[in-house]
Parts: sequence; C-alpha cells; structure tokens
Amino acid sequence: MAATNGTRSVQVKIKRFQPGEKPEPYWQEFRVQVEGNDRLLDTLNKIKWEQDGTLTYRRSCAHGVCGSDAMRVNGRNRLACKLLMQDLGSRISVEPMLGFPVIRDLVVDMDPFFAKYEKVKPYLINNEPLPRTERLQSAEQRERYDETTKCILCGACTGSCPSVWANAEWVGPASIVNAHRFIFDSRDRGGAERLQILSDRTGVWRCRTIFNCTEACPRGIHVTDAIEEVKRAILYGSTEGD
Amino acid sequence: MIYHKFDVVIVGAGGAGLMSAMQLAQGASIAVVSKLYPTRSHTGAAQGGVAAALGNLEEDHWKWHMFDTVKGGDYLVDQDAGEVLAREAIDAVYDLEHWGLPFNRTPDGKIDQRRFGGHSRNFGEGPVRRSCYAADRTGHMILQTMYQQSVKNQVQFFNEYMMIDLLINDGQACGIVALCLRDGTIHTFHGKTIVLATGGYGRAWRITSNALACTGDGMAVAYRRGVPLEDMEMYQFHPTGLYKIGILLSEAARGEGAYLLNNEGERFCIRYAPTMQELAPRDMVSRFIVQEIAEGRGINGKDYVYLSVAHLGKEQIDAKLPDITDFARNYLGVEPYYEPVPIQPTAHYAMGGIPTDVEGRVVMDEQNTVLPGLYAAGEVACVSVHGANRLGTNSLVDLIVFGRRAGKHIGAKWLPESDFAPLPSDPDAAATEMVEGLLSRTTGETQESIRAELRDMMMEYVGVVRNDERLQTATTKLVELKERFKSIRLMDRTRTFNTELMEVIELGNLIECSEATIAGALARKESRGAHYRTDFEKRDDVNFLSHTLAYRSETPGAPDLRYKPVVITEFQPKERKY
Ligand SMILES: Cc1cc2nc3c(=O)[nH]c(=O)nc-3n(C[C@H](O)[C@H](O)[C@H](O)COP(=O)(O)OP(=O)(O)OC[C@H]3O[C@@H](n4cnc5c(N)ncnc54)[C@H](O)[C@@H]3O)c2cc1C
Ligand code: FES
Repeated sequence: MAATNGTRSVQVKIKRFQPGEKPEPYWQEFRVQVEGNDRLLDTLNKIKWEQDGTLTYRRSCAHGVCGSDAMRVNGRNRLACKLLMQDLGSRISVEPMLGFPVIRDLVVDMDPFFAKYEKVKPYLINNEPLPRTERLQSAEQRERYDETTKCILCGACTGSCPSVWANAEWVGPASIVNAHRFIFDSRDRGGAERLQILSDRTGVWRCRTIFNCTEACPRGIHVTDAIEEVKRAILYGSTEGD
Repeated sequence: MIYHKFDVVIVGAGGAGLMSAMQLAQGASIAVVSKLYPTRSHTGAAQGGVAAALGNLEEDHWKWHMFDTVKGGDYLVDQDAGEVLAREAIDAVYDLEHWGLPFNRTPDGKIDQRRFGGHSRNFGEGPVRRSCYAADRTGHMILQTMYQQSVKNQVQFFNEYMMIDLLINDGQACGIVALCLRDGTIHTFHGKTIVLATGGYGRAWRITSNALACTGDGMAVAYRRGVPLEDMEMYQFHPTGLYKIGILLSEAARGEGAYLLNNEGERFCIRYAPTMQELAPRDMVSRFIVQEIAEGRGINGKDYVYLSVAHLGKEQIDAKLPDITDFARNYLGVEPYYEPVPIQPTAHYAMGGIPTDVEGRVVMDEQNTVLPGLYAAGEVACVSVHGANRLGTNSLVDLIVFGRRAGKHIGAKWLPESDFAPLPSDPDAAATEMVEGLLSRTTGETQESIRAELRDMMMEYVGVVRNDERLQTATTKLVELKERFKSIRLMDRTRTFNTELMEVIELGNLIECSEATIAGALARKESRGAHYRTDFEKRDDVNFLSHTLAYRSETPGAPDLRYKPVVITEFQPKERKY
C-alpha cells in the first residue's frame, strides 16, 4: 500500500455564490487538516460539517460512479470524490463548472444539460418483433459501443468545452457520447434519426476537436474519438466498425 | 401550499422506482419524485450482476435459484416470495435486454453469466453460472437503461425533491409532502397510490459501501406514520470493502476466482466452507474474516485481510473487473495486477424494511393487512425474499421483479378499483413545522458530532458480531442521540439548495432506522444469517423462525415488537452448510 499517512494543512479556495445573501460570486479561503488519502470530497465535507454549513455542493456515491460532484478543481473539471488530497498540493482552487448557470456555490443547473441529452433520443429504438428470450449480439458487436456505455452524465466534458461556453445551444459532448452509444449498437434501428439530429446547426460540426472533453472525462471515455466516429457516420452514412 | 395531483406518486428513481414507473407510463398519470437526479441513484453503484436461471452456459433452474435464496437467507425467506423472485427473474432480465441493456455476451451471442456467492446447481452441489452482468457495472447499466426508457416514455420527474412526510388518511395512503431543494418550498403530492422506492440506510454505519444519500428516508417516514419495519436487525455486511473506506469490491471478483488471504497467505475460507470456499454466503465470509482477525491472522496484526486477483491475469481483470480494480488503484494506491488488496467487511444491504406482500402492497401486521394505496419496492421494502442474508445479485433481481409487480398490480388492480382518498386537513403542517423549526433554531449543537457518534456506535455495537451487552450499550447511546437531535442547530438557515437542511433531516431518519435495528437485534436471542450473537450462537427455529415487526412508540429506543410467522412452502429449515 502506498504510504498515505500523516495529516497536513491545506488551503482550499472556493468560489462561492450565495443568492439572496450576496448578489455576486466571491472567493473564500478555508484552512483544513487533511490526510493524504482523503478525497477532495472528504475535505469539502469537513469544511461543511465543521466550519461552514452553508458550503453547498452535490454528492452521493463518493466513489466516482454517480456523477454528482463534477466541479472545476485547479482549472480542470474533476469529480471531487475521485481526487485524492495527496495529488493536489497545498493550495487548491475549487469553482463550479463553466458553461452552466450556477444555483449556489458549486451547484449548477443541470436541467439544460439533461434537456440536450434527451434531444438525441438516448434510448434503444427497435420496433421489430421481440424474441422470447434475449436478442443475440456477438461479443465484437457488444465491444463496438462499450466505451460510450460508461458515461455517468456528470457533465465534466460538456462543462470543459470551449464550443459549449461560446454557444449554449450546442448539444455538447455528453449528448453525442450518448447518441454514439446507440448509433453503434447492432440492436438499434434509430441511427439515421440521431445522425439527422446531430448533423444540424447545433450538432457535431461545432466540435473543434480541442480534446478538453476527453481530458475531463472521469470515466476515461475517449470522447473526442467518439464524436469523430459520429461525424464520419454522418459523412459516409455508415455505422459499421472501422 | 403547493399542490400536485397524480394517480401514482413514485418516490425514488433507482432501479425499483423506475421499474414501477415503466409499467405505468402508458395510461396513468404518474410522477417520480427523487431527491437525486435519477441517474445518481445508488442502483448505479451495483457492480456484480443480476441473477436469473437462464441456463445460458450450463444447466440451471429457477427452483435451484429459489432454494439458494431460501437457504442463503437462513430460512427466514418467505418462500412464496422467494419462488416469485426466482421464477420471474428470467423474464425481467429479458425485459432489460429488450430495452437495450448491454449485457456481456457468450461466444454464441447470448447473455453471459458468471458465478456468485451462494448460487449453486442442484440444491447445493457446487457453484453455478447464474449472474447476468455487464462488466462490473451492471447496476450502472440497469439504471441508465431504465432512465433511457423513462425518457422515451416521457415520465414526469420531480428531481431534487426530498420526501419528508407520508400522508395517510382514514386508513388509506393519499400523498406525500416533499421539500424542493432548489428553492426550499414545500410541496404536497396528492396521489391515489404512493410507491416508496427510496433505497437503503447503510450510512448508519461508519464503514459502508453505501452512497451518502442512502439514509433510510422512506423507512423512517413510514415508521413515524405508524407503518412497522420488518427484520431491521438483518443488516448485511459485505466481506470485501476497501480497508477503512468501505467502497465495495464486488463479489464478482471472487466469482471470477479471486482469493481471500490471511497474514499467513492462507486461503482461510477453505477451512470454514470446504465446498463453496470464497463463494460461501456473505454473512459467513464476513464472519470468517472477523474471526481470522480476532485470532491474530489479520494483515500486520491489523483489522483487515487481503483480496487477491493477481493470479487471474491482466487480461481477465481488465475484461471482467475493470472498475473495482480501479477503485483499489485510485483510493488505496494498490496495483491489483501484482498486489493483494486490503479489505474489511463493510455495511452494505438492508434485508429488512417496510413489509409488503408479493404484489408490493405494504402490509401492517401479522395478518398481512394491506394499507390501501401504499406500495414499496426495492431495498426499502421487505417482501421478504432475502430473509436473514441476501445472496449477491439478488437485490437487482428484487428491484426488477417486485418493482415490476408493484407497477403491474397498481395498473391492473388498484387504479381501476379505487378513488383518491381526501387529503387530511393541513396536509403539510407537520412537515412545515419540522422544516421551519430547523431553519429558525439558533442555539444547539450542529450535526457532525451526532452523525459521527451514531455511525461509530452502530459500527462498534451493531456490526458483524453482537451480544446483549453491546446492544444494551447501543440502545442507551441511541436514546441519548435521539434526545440531542431534538435541539440540533443548522449553520445554514437560507432556502436555496440548503443541503445542510437535507443532511440533518437524513440524520434524523438514520436515527429512526437505527432504533428499529437495535431493538430487533436485542430481542432476537439467536444467531441467524447476518444477525450473529456470541451469547446465542445457534439458530433457534422454535422461538425465532419469524419476522420481527417494529412499531414506533412514544418511548425512544423502545419500539413495540411483534412477530409474524415465516411462509414455508417447500424447503424445511436445515442447518446451512457450504
Ligand atoms: C456498491 C454496491 C454494489 C452493489 N452491487 C450489487 C450487485 O452486483 N447485485 C445486486 O443485486 N445488488 C447489488 N447491490 C445492492 C443494490 O444495488 C441496491 O440494493 C439497489 O440498487 C437498491 O435500489 P433501489 O431502487 O431500492 O434504491 P436506490 O437505487 O438507492 O434508489 C433510491 C432512490 O430513492 C430516492 N430517494 C431516497 N430518499 C428520498 C427522499 N426522501 N425523497 C425523494 N427521493 C428519495 C433517491 O433519489 C433514489 O432515486 C449493491 C449495492 C452497493 C452499495
Ligand atoms: S459523488 Fe458520485 S461521482 Fe462523486
């Protein structure tokens, strides 16, 4: 086991927004004692529970699977529950993700994000008669879309994308990832509909291949590659593996 | 008062809630109320798989699955319910596949299946491949798939609304009261039917695999309104949580062949369970570990042992166990390709909960008297299909089978025959008073000490090993905490997204659930499944082959306890050997 013992003091600078109390966002610094293998989320909890109960953020699973706590940490979108304090230095800045309206402190409004997700028809479309048991799918066919099934809809990719910051209408990387998940599923018959949706003005072509999304994804999804695959599918009309 | 009216109000958007919603999406007016965005629900954390006797790789039968469930539950399972679970698992899994769930596949394109603890062929002869899975993120795939289907069916969600009260009028459930986190407003949902699908309460223990949101809200809210809680003393500790953090390393690891090792490098499970070895049921494996540690065979003399997957090889690990090996890397800095992973038992799953019949209807007493209009499904409910110990992969089965049955029963039977019961006068009075009380109090202690002391107490005294003395200590402490909670103070007295308010209400709920747990454990003077007492080491079928029903009383720490017989159809209680 890596050595992780020993407490130390860190300074956490948090961008606060307390509607009703103060009209403008402001920065506030907290000093906290942490252990090396504490998560950033543990540190936020410590601040909230011991120092300032008004500090506001979302969280649930605390191990990187529910997608609640995406936030901008030292300038990059991360899940607070996947970051260990030992990897963060002693001065840490935390702010809400960019490109989302802020509700309070680190909590952003996710409704527009989910609305865009819904736009790409993120569900299996297949009206053929159902077999009595399972539909067959080969291991290779299953592998074809494996990567994009991992998405936890945390918004880290979308919130890191300069094209999203520039144009709030754009569907953004997360929606395309979820479209990809079905477009390349051999059981799905809705690929053409989705490609149609994604080929319009607010669709894939606004992606400038900046790779921020891929870097931000806490699930290690190669988001930009997935977007490129969707672009190619639109251009060449094929969803076969390449 | 902000008022909403729906035929069906489903509280909870995890696997159970969404499965019920799917059955009702065409036809009835339904609302799904959830304190989290649906995809944040704890179902998404389930790893290993969902059991169904599909027999895709080797012979299997639902009856074997039923037997394993009953035996695994140390014969506290209601066997009529166990039969439904095992039989209907098969079609429920096909439903999931038809909705697009990306299961792993066999070479001939069918759903792949793997071994899991306690699941056997031919009534206990040896392990069988019964768990259908999608890598080690089966719950994630289930939750995503059901949410996708809800989007398709345009289900109406009230996200980040927290239920804080349940409304019962003249013996019929008729609504809930919820706090809207976004702006702090109180909403009354008037419903012909209420479905509670709010999940478990693992956060009552210090070391747990459960999400911060798993605070037993549905159980506590119902308990306060006179609904009994069943078999709460039956709480499962999963053997393999990451040391000190509790994050789960799925039994799938052992299903794929991982070993448990003590400080001598010995596979100690073989000594205790020669046939099933590491794949004996969880209550037993957790006890094996505790025993090894007690006898000085923990690693470095500490309170943990090793889980080793290294011998499976990189390829197998990456294909079958990618996420959980990442957890070990990320949180403990251990590389499972080469190093064993430090693990200890972690509070994991509530076998108990709100009593229901096999249609998901909440029942109020020993005679199974139905409370009209109220249903419960998922971890919040106790059907009881898990008895004294749940088998791995049987919770996801529970969600989809009984979530589905509840939904179908509501649609086909209850809605056509029933009418809206009127709301009680001032329906949101109690909820408003609680919230306003919390928001206005300016003196008293803040939440942290109470929470920490509760979780430490439950870990120390209401864990894997119990006895009279420990449980008495727990009762005293609980009464003290309940009293202190009455004058708890918030630092945050604003209304917009007040998560401190939410946490404090959750803490109050954890205290209620803990009360029923401790009282049930103290009164159950035997050892059965997850409930193990050093002062009563044997199972006692003469006195305790029955379900505990705990009713909240006015005396803190002392709910009224009643007992309901277990339904036995086919399998007579026998000693459990693995
Ligand atoms: C780490 C882990 C791994 C697991 N792996 C497996 C596995 O491999 N196989 C298996 O069978 N089981 C597994 N389990 C168990 C299983 O995942 C859970 O028992 C199951 O998912 C619970 O589902 P649920 O729908 O009952 O509740 P949850 O999924 O917990 O959902 C509860 C819902 O209720 C809502 N809610 C709660 N309180 C309120 C309130 N007050 N107001 C409004 N809404 C509220 C929440 O927002 C959420 O939507 C695992 C559990 C854990 C912790
Ligand atoms: S809290 Fe669930 S992803 Fe961080």
